Amino acid sequence: MIKSILEKFSLEKNSSVMLVFAAVVLSAPIWLTPFGANYPDLLQKFAIFGIFAIGFNILFGLTGYLSFGHAVFLGVGSYTAVWVFKLFTMNVLPAVMLSVAIAAVFALLIGYISLRRSGIYFSILTLALAQMSYNLAYSVLTPITSGETGLQLSSEDPRYIDSLLGAGVQEGLPATNFFGMSMSGYSGFYFCAIFLILAFYISLKIFRSPYGLKLIAIKSNQKRMLYTGFNTRPYLLSAFVISGMFAGLAGGLMAATDPLAGAERMQWTASGEVVLMTILGGSGTLIGPLLGVGVIKYFENIFSALNETSLREIFNFLPDVVADFLVSITHVFVGEGWHLTLGILFMLVVIFLPGGIMQGVGIFTRYYKKKMTELKSERSVEKGKSQ
Amino acid sequence: MSIVLEIKGVNKTFGGLKALTDVNLKIEEGKTHAIIGPNGAGKSTLLNCCIGKLIPDSGSVTFNGQDMIGKQPYEINHAGMVRVFQTPEIFPELSLLENVVIPALAKRDGIFKFNPFKMLSNETEIHDQAMRALADVGLDKFHQKNAGSISRGDKRRLELAMGLIQNPTLLLLDEPTAGMARHDTNQTIDLLKKIKDRGMTKIIIEHDMHVVFSLADHISVLAQGCIIASGTPDEIRNNPKVKEAYLGETEDE
Ligand SMILES: Nc1ncnc2c1ncn2[C@@H]1O[C@H](COP(=O)(O)OP(=O)(O)OP(=O)(O)O)[C@@H](O)[C@H]1O
Ligand SMILES: [Mg+2]
Repeated sequence: MIKSILEKFSLEKNSSVMLVFAAVVLSAPIWLTPFGANYPDLLQKFAIFGIFAIGFNILFGLTGYLSFGHAVFLGVGSYTAVWVFKLFTMNVLPAVMLSVAIAAVFALLIGYISLRRSGIYFSILTLALAQMSYNLAYSVLTPITSGETGLQLSSEDPRYIDSLLGAGVQEGLPATNFFGMSMSGYSGFYFCAIFLILAFYISLKIFRSPYGLKLIAIKSNQKRMLYTGFNTRPYLLSAFVISGMFAGLAGGLMAATDPLAGAERMQWTASGEVVLMTILGGSGTLIGPLLGVGVIKYFENIFSALNETSLREIFNFLPDVVADFLVSITHVFVGEGWHLTLGILFMLVVIFLPGGIMQGVGIFTRYYKKKMTELKSERSVEKGKSQ
Repeated sequence: MSIVLEIKGVNKTFGGLKALTDVNLKIEEGKTHAIIGPNGAGKSTLLNCCIGKLIPDSGSVTFNGQDMIGKQPYEINHAGMVRVFQTPEIFPELSLLENVVIPALAKRDGIFKFNPFKMLSNETEIHDQAMRALADVGLDKFHQKNAGSISRGDKRRLELAMGLIQNPTLLLLDEPTAGMARHDTNQTIDLLKKIKDRGMTKIIIEHDMHVVFSLADHISVLAQGCIIASGTPDEIRNNPKVKEAYLGETEDE
């Protein structure tokens, strides 16, 4: 019985992949406990940035076009969601859907302009357009974005749909919800997790489709694609818009779990972060970007929270002198110094594993398989001898 | 016999260099037309003017009655004119099979098709077609290999398969056997003879006279951007101008 199930199970099949993926994501609160990373805030961040990176990887990982402005779509998604909360309803579903739609419009515009160029010029165009959007959000567009203070809920918001449905006047600000389900805590995480699973499914389908193969071929040799009979521009633009929509979804979910939006969400550092995550994990692979998100968000939240006292606790099983010594060295790398640790890690990965963490995983599994077959053949040789 | 491709009065200069001077050429349906000439004569430039890589300074290129000047490379491909390049243009990061699947998809899907929810592994027809194309050039055994890792001669055969799978009206071959061992060259000649029986029209640029004389119905000689002679293989072999400009040199080598 179990054997027949195992035989049917193959990672070539989408259903098997999705089963494993969903199980891993939904059980994250359990298996992340030993790492101290099982609290809802961080889990939500994992899921949201996971979506962001998966989308970014559809553009960068498949076509090789490196956008340095994807945070714009994150910001646009957040602003849209907060406006939906203010104007219509605190139910997150319309907000999230509209975030995706508006981000798609922005991606179409920015993509159309930037994709007139390729390589470094494309990257610079996206960066320039993103910085322009960021500055607009800060200054000219203040009526829409509330500039420096950021867009927030207020008790004067009309919320037409909610008031129509007779949600009476409440004390204080209402909270976001999904048909009554709260968006904070674990339920917020599970809401985001469902979208992460959906996003991963779409990405898996694209990776394994003829469309996906054509995108990879554009990265490999765009000129060849033109002479083979493909107009590469609409392929690139559609990939750009899809990845922008993923970013919009991530932005919408950010606002859904914490209903505010600020221009800093669009800043180039935010665009750079998703580039780092994707490269660190392994661009062009299905899982790599998620690993990158995991590592970077873990460092950002866990390593940055460590300090001398917590380090002393970790090392207190050692003799005092040794512990003092270790603490004096390691405390540089934690707390404020987590950027240093991450920087070193990133450097090491890029130098030794240009394909990211996934390249390391690949090398390891190949080594493991080789060892296993060696062992097997040794055993059969021994069997032959004893007979 | 109907004319598939007509090149009329084509001129092309690069800076001060006259690469093509008033080139006229007619390619008949079903024929194999060889273009020979010394290095730098402008042979590749002439093909570039046909497939939209270069736009000639003047003159016209008419394919199947349609004007090709100013058309995009992918439009020319779908019109039925397919080029195999002099330096292999393949997808080095992809497998041999994928390299051939892509032109097959181009043929089926057109210049753009958004089908992200189809499974590539379910495209059995395309897959079989690609395997047959690889078998035609003798590469089917290595279909899972990376295209970047095979020898130069194999890359040329792979590119030939990529061109053939699109079943073009006119196939432009730029030195298809350069870099191949003798044995592989002979195999390629056999293959090209086979597709000639299928009625495919070809222009073939080649330095290897053995290949030229085994395949060509018609030969044009290009020297310093001008067509100096055009005729049947026998006529070309005995043409004193050609002997002087080209054949003489190669026979001495
Ligand atoms: N894009 C270009 N820009 C400038 N000069 C060029 C360009 N392409 C070709 N040329 C020049 O035009 C001339 C003809 O080149 P072409 O490649 O057509 O020769 P060919 O007959 O194909 O030679 P070979 O047998 O070496 O392939 C050469 O002198 C070459 O340097
Ligand atoms: Mg040439």
